[in-house]
Formats: sequence, structure tokens, C-alpha cells
Amino acid sequence: MVDQTGRIGMPRGNLPPLELHVPEPRFRPGDPVDYSWLDIPGAGELPRFDEACEARETMPATLGMVRVLDDKHRAVGPWDPRLDPETLRRILRTMALTRAFDDRMYRGQRQGKTSFYMKCTGEEAVSVAHAYALAGDDMVFPSYRQQGILIARDYPLVEMVNQIYSNRADRLKGRQLPIMYSARDYGFFTISGNLATQFPQAVGWAMASAIKGDTRIATSFVGEGSSAEGDFHAAMTFAAVYNAPVILNVVNNQWAISSFSGFAGAERSTFAARAVGYGIAGLRVDGNDALAVYAATQWAANRARANKGPTLIEHFTYRAEGHSTSDDPSAYRSAHEREEWPLGDPVMRLARHLIALGEWDDERHAAMDREVAEEVKAAAKAAEKNGVLGHGFHHPFHTMFEDVFEDLPWNLREQAEQAIREREAKWPDARGSGAVEEGEGA
Amino acid sequence: MIEETAVSLQEGEARPMNMIEAINDALHVMMGHDPDVVVFGEDVGYFGGVFRATAGLQAKFCKMRVFDTPINECGIIGAAVGMAAYGLRPVPEIQFADYIYPGLDQLISEAARLRYRSAGEFTAPITVRSPFGGGIFGGQTHSQSPEALFTHVSGLKTVIPSTPHDAKGLLIAAIEDNDPVIFFEPKRIYNGPFDGYYDHPSKTWKNYPGGQVPEGYYSIPLGKARTVREGSAMTVLVYGTMVHVAEAVLAEKGVDAEILDLRTLWPLDIEAVEKSVQKTGKCLVIHEATRTSGFGAELVSLVQERCFYHLEAPIERVTGFDTPYPHSLEWAYFPGPVRIGDAVDRLMKE
Repeated sequence: MVDQTGRIGMPRGNLPPLELHVPEPRFRPGDPVDYSWLDIPGAGELPRFDEACEARETMPATLGMVRVLDDKHRAVGPWDPRLDPETLRRILRTMALTRAFDDRMYRGQRQGKTSFYMKCTGEEAVSVAHAYALAGDDMVFPSYRQQGILIARDYPLVEMVNQIYSNRADRLKGRQLPIMYSARDYGFFTISGNLATQFPQAVGWAMASAIKGDTRIATSFVGEGSSAEGDFHAAMTFAAVYNAPVILNVVNNQWAISSFSGFAGAERSTFAARAVGYGIAGLRVDGNDALAVYAATQWAANRARANKGPTLIEHFTYRAEGHSTSDDPSAYRSAHEREEWPLGDPVMRLARHLIALGEWDDERHAAMDREVAEEVKAAAKAAEKNGVLGHGFHHPFHTMFEDVFEDLPWNLREQAEQAIREREAKWPDARGSGAVEEGEGA
Repeated sequence: MIEETAVSLQEGEARPMNMIEAINDALHVMMGHDPDVVVFGEDVGYFGGVFRATAGLQAKFCKMRVFDTPINECGIIGAAVGMAAYGLRPVPEIQFADYIYPGLDQLISEAARLRYRSAGEFTAPITVRSPFGGGIFGGQTHSQSPEALFTHVSGLKTVIPSTPHDAKGLLIAAIEDNDPVIFFEPKRIYNGPFDGYYDHPSKTWKNYPGGQVPEGYYSIPLGKARTVREGSAMTVLVYGTMVHVAEAVLAEKGVDAEILDLRTLWPLDIEAVEKSVQKTGKCLVIHEATRTSGFGAELVSLVQERCFYHLEAPIERVTGFDTPYPHSLEWAYFPGPVRIGDAVDRLMKE
């Protein structure tokens, strides 16, 4: 507004000056943490809706929370998926394996074996229990923090490490930043660095499945931070318009690097509540409760498979570690947050549930932890034989130019020849490059 | 002058079509030929498209394969990438090239990189059709020529036809191509060639050789330029509407120019460019798009690098001005006969 004197921003009359609200998290470094303000509904309280219900009928589930495991580690209420102990133990072991894998790869980065890593600590149930509730050939469009899905689908750990080390066995030929896996045969779509792009892609895949009269469904993940991207809106609109057989997941781990969830709109509403505005079923789920994640996924998968349309699931959880190996969370949040997080640790909650059932005990748990650590160690050792970043073997230079197009155009052929010519000047003794240059007449 | 492929002569009798009819025919042919081809975009379904390019497709091939979309270019391209990952061959339409920008992240970060980043596990055989270019009083947002944004992206192919015959054959080739193709249709010449004289009566494709379009299936390979006219005085590198403007100006000036219609901007037919400039020793680059960092700059660089010792004069570049596309001053902006004529005169003086 410009007043007569040409100045902007002058208050008029008796109106209060407007104020810009800039969200601020409750706790900064050093602050004591008190989560009593957080409204966590009790386990078993939420009714289980008919899988064929109208989207708007799920409104209570978008504001409440699907929770199965109660404070005494019992499975309670209508969302209990009633899994047999053997399945529960497999889910538990896969979550533990995922955590062990993260721990070792994090150390690998600190030891200089790779440039980068991202853990999913505290969020293992979100990916692993989700994967267990899908069919093996349902297509996942993940973000970068669903490594648990690959592990749940028995993707070889050594292939994951090869990718992280960008070595000569890396199936992605060292082109991709570590953890940006691609595993078509395991129904795991190529991960992109550009946030939320996978969301409308998953909807398109689901539309294609419907166009072809297939029975497979798609599922996709974004963090709550990325839900602010325009692609989220595009995906929700397309999913609703075409009644696409897709599960759209928002992992609300409270933090997008240093920005708390308030910067994605969490102060005013839940992320699940956005679903109903689009005409999509919504569920908010305790993301640290593997049984609740399983149950919500199963509900949404059944709905999609029955041509009843898409579901948005908000997984309410906490990012227990830094955003990545390049991040130091002590610079922006209280270290006590993790300790005080009221929904606990997903691995321990499922373990205690199994113990309460008489199907698990501390010794078996300790043995499992040793076993998964050994399994990861063996995979990492095997992968290291193929090289580590910058020190080991990598793919030949010419592969850098392949797969830009199906065929190599003239400019890339010329540039490939240039790169190979430059090699001699850059690495005259060939040791610095560590390359195995097959088929280049090196 | 057009070059007929052997296939086209075998595949069907040629009949006159305008460019819209040729594009529509290509879509009919490909949808009939390949059940994985799907066509979608804003208003393309029941209505048949704001330019009628998709008319009749939905009635023939059903709503599951030809459908309207929400007004969301990010969603249109994003869904196309997902469909391609499934195994379909999507042919989405962006209503005007001026409105492709909300879909750019999906095109640049995703469609163009899919094959590379997944080491071939996933591909994006997508053809994005979009009307482009000016000369229709379209103002700022119905006239743009954003091809340089796409030729700059590794992993994308950019195709621009200049005749109905080429439009059909190139569109069929683009749909069959296993890489993402941006297919820009110069809307000024949808209904007839345009020589740059906006005050002349408009022409139709009917009696123009490039307006004869074979029935049925034929394709024109991507990455191959078309020699519009052979000549020895200079080489003109041009595409889209400007092919016809260049042809008219050079004929009027009586200059024996060799005119190359690039047809595929990238991958460029570098052999044809080199061969021609090395023969003529002079080069004129023409496009509607704005000058600075336009595709012309790449053409000029390549010619300079690869034909330097054959050049008898500085390479000339005739383009739109470095402004947003104006409405009332369209014909002052458009790189028409006067601007091209001046450049031709300068080249001929050398």
C-alpha cells in the first residue's frame, strides 16, 4: 500500500498493524524438551473404516491416529492386523537389519569410503512394515529414506553398498549420488535428488496399471517438508481425478533438514487432513508402530486394488539422526528431542510386543543384533573388494557417456574420446584414477 | 522440395493435408499401430484439442487411451514419466509452449535423466507435443519459442517440423523413439506456409509440395536435416516457420542459397551442416526465439569451430529481439524479410 506521501507500510486509522507469522520450533539447542502439548491419541481408539468408504468419511482418521501397540506393548483395537509371530519376527529383523546397515554405512562415510550417506534411524517401521503389507510386485516410488523397503524385498545388501561406494560393481555405474538406488526388478523406482517428483510419477504408473487392466498398485513417499512442493498438489489432484490405484505416503518426521514441520504447514493442520480436500481417503498413523503402519498400508492397498481409489497416509514419526552425513542437527534442535519423543523407538516397541506375547526375549534380541551386524559387515567387505569411492575401482570412462540416450550421438562420441585423451594427462601412472579401463585400448 | 522416403511411397497415396491434419493423422496411425500409445493433456479428449490436433482420437480409441487432464503441466509430465516407467508410450500435449515451464522440473530432472541415472533400468519414451512460435498476435504467452531451454538439456531430443509431410513423419518417429522428445509445432504454419509478409493473403498447404502427406505409416528419421534448396552462395540454417520466410526472402533476393531445415535441433545433423557450410563458405542462422543464448548461438559456435577455414564472412544470426514477445509490435519484433534481407546483403557483400 502506498500512502499519499509515497511511503509504504504505514498503518491506517485504528487498525492493528499486520504481523507476519514465521513459525518457530518449540525447542532449540540446549532447551529442555516437553512433549506434553502433543496430542497423541491412545492405541486402539480409532475405528477401522470400511475400505470402500467415501473419502470424506476418513476425516476422523486424518486428525486422529491409527495406533495398535499400547503402553503395555499389547496389540489392541480394530486396526490390529493380527500378524502371526513369525511375520512379526521377520519385520523386526528387517528393521534391525536396516538400522545396522545405516550404522555401518554412516561409519563408512566417516572413514572416507564414500562421499555421503543418509540414515533412516527411527523411521524403520515406516518403510519395512509398509513393504510387508504390499505385494512383491507393487511398484514403489520412494524418496531417499526408504531403504527399508529395498531390504524388506531382499535386495542384496552388497548391491546397495556397491552403489554407495560407486565402485566397479555399482549397477548405476557410479553416476548417482550414494543411496539414490534403482532396482526395477524389486519394484523400486530410481531415486531422484529432486524432491517430490516421484509423487506424480507414482500416480502416472498407477494410471498406467489401470489403463492396462493390471492388478498392481503403486505407492510413493515424500517427507513432510517435500509435501510443500507443487508436485504434491499435482499428484493429489491427478490421483483423485482418475481414482488412481496408488498409496501416497507423507513421512512426517518433524524435520526437513533444519526446518521443523511448521514450515510445511504442520502448525495449522495434519498432513493427512489434506487428503479429504482432494477427495482422497486419509489416514494418520503412528509411524513408530510397525503394526499400525502395516494395518494402514494394508487398508490402503485393499482399497486401491478394489478400484476404490487412492489413499494418503501420514506416518507420524521422528527423524532421530541428522538429515545426512553433511548435517549437524545440534545446530538447530534440542538433543533431548530424540530422548523424549513420545512414540518411542519402532524397533524396541515391536520387540517388546513380541516379548509380551512370549515370542521373543532379550537373549534372542541380542543374538539378532549380532547377526544383522555380521550380515552387514560381510556385505560391506564383499563390496569393498569392488572398490570404494576415489580409492578403488570405478567404471570405465566411456560409460559416463552411455545411457544419456539409447544411442550415442556424435557430440557424446567426440566428448568420450576427449575424456579418454585427458586421462593420460590427469593420471599418467593410472594409479590415481584407480580405473579399470576395459575396451578402451588403455 | 521434399524428400519422400521409400516407405511413404509404399505405404499410402499422398493427399493434401494441413499440418494439424497431418499431426492428427500421425496420432491416429500410432495409436492404431501400438496399444501402448496414450494421448492426454488439457482439452485433448472429448473436445479434440484447442487446435483440433487430437480430434476424433477419443471416439476411436476410447477414454482410457485419450483423455483430458487437470490444468497442471507438472502433473501432465510427471504422470507421463510414471506411465513410461510402467511401459507405456505417452504422448502428452502442453497446450502452448509458453506453458511448459511448470513441467520443466519433470522434463529436465526426470524424463531427461531417467535412462542415465537408472543405467537403463527405466526409460522415458515420451513425446511432448506443444504448439510454439509467434506470428499470430499471441502476445507474450502464446508466441514463445523456448527450444533453447530444451536443447541445453542432455537427454532430451528437440524436433520442430516445417511442413505437414515432415510433421507426420517426424511425429511418428518421435513417438517410436525410446528417448524423450520435445515436439514443437509452429502454430503459425498449422494452416499454411508463411513467407513473413503478414499483410499478404494467407496461403494454404494445398498446392505446396510439403502439404502432400502420404496415408498410413511412414517415418522420417530424427537427427536428419532436410535440404530445402540446394545452392552455393551461402548456407541458411533454419527451422519451423522461419524455413518459409527464409525461402521467400532468398528467392526474392535472387541469392543462390542452400537452405537447410534442421527438423531435429538436437541431436543436430552436424554432417549436413558441415558439408553445406564447407561448400558455400558463408552461414546465416535464423530463428524466431530471442537472440542471447538462443539455439542460434550453438549453431554459430559449431560452424565456427568446425568450418572456420572455409568461412569467407562472419556468421550472421537473425533472431527475435531480447525482449518478451510483444503484442501490438509483433511485426516489429518478428525476424521477417527486412531483418533477414539485411543479413543476406551483408553476407553477399563479403
